[in-house]
Amino acid sequence: MPAIDVLFPLGIAQYLIGGLIIGFAVSFLFATTGLIGGMSTFFTSTWSFVSKWSYFNRETFVSSRNWRLVYAVGLIIGAAIWMLTAGNPFQTSVSWWQLLLGGFIAGFGARLSNGCTSGHGICGIASLQVPSLLAVLIFLSSAMVSANIVKLLGGV
Amino acid sequence: MSLPFLLSVLVAGALFGFGLSYATMIQPEVVLAFLRFEDFGLLWVLGSASLLTMLTYQLLPRLLKKPLLAPAFKAHAATLDRNTLVGAAIFGIGWGISGVCPGPALAGLGAGNWPMLLALAGIFAGAYVQGRLMK
Repeated sequence: MPAIDVLFPLGIAQYLIGGLIIGFAVSFLFATTGLIGGMSTFFTSTWSFVSKWSYFNRETFVSSRNWRLVYAVGLIIGAAIWMLTAGNPFQTSVSWWQLLLGGFIAGFGARLSNGCTSGHGICGIASLQVPSLLAVLIFLSSAMVSANIVKLLGGV
Repeated sequence: MSLPFLLSVLVAGALFGFGLSYATMIQPEVVLAFLRFEDFGLLWVLGSASLLTMLTYQLLPRLLKKPLLAPAFKAHAATLDRNTLVGAAIFGIGWGISGVCPGPALAGLGAGNWPMLLALAGIFAGAYVQGRLMK
């Protein structure tokens, strides 16, 4: 069907199966530990290991920093297993300034919002949280605007 | 935290990283193609992951008194306030510039996508500045 080809030029299998694996991962975390598996808090709670600033040493960050660190290491290991078994080595050609600047802004915003694509996106939607659903609609919209502006400016 | 608890977290993280890689979400180019309306596949990733997780989050606490290795199920608590919404808008701007969000930045590193170190440095720095602006 041509319409499908236009919307999904690379097919949908990898997206659907990959998404189900992610859903299983977050479900497994919940079933075994009861934890909600968003990623962005890791980037705040980890600062509590090295900074004495009061915000980073809030109970919510200090009490979760260990499992969040293990979770993050798991992500790296899982991707390494994928590369060694199924995937091909891949280097992004997105410009260094896009990665650094975009990363900075995304990190700041995700922590201000207390959630990112996994926290508000997957976990928030799955928890039927209205604030998370609104956050998802807002960040999808602003991301579409900035991604298209970057393209107009000659970014990758 | 017990060893089985931390092992479960590690396995969950590894599955997450494998899934992100399988779904090609660790390639910023694929994310940017979605945000530029060239390939809508990301919606399948978000949709299938959210729906499966929704089933677990909604059903499991009704079927089990507690998780296998912990005393209680945690609840996802998002608050509807200015920071949540403004932060989401700012997060989106950065996501659209880089094509990278926190999970894929970490997973990309595991797949040998070394430029992701730049994105990770950026995210850590952004989170640091956000934290320093808070009391």
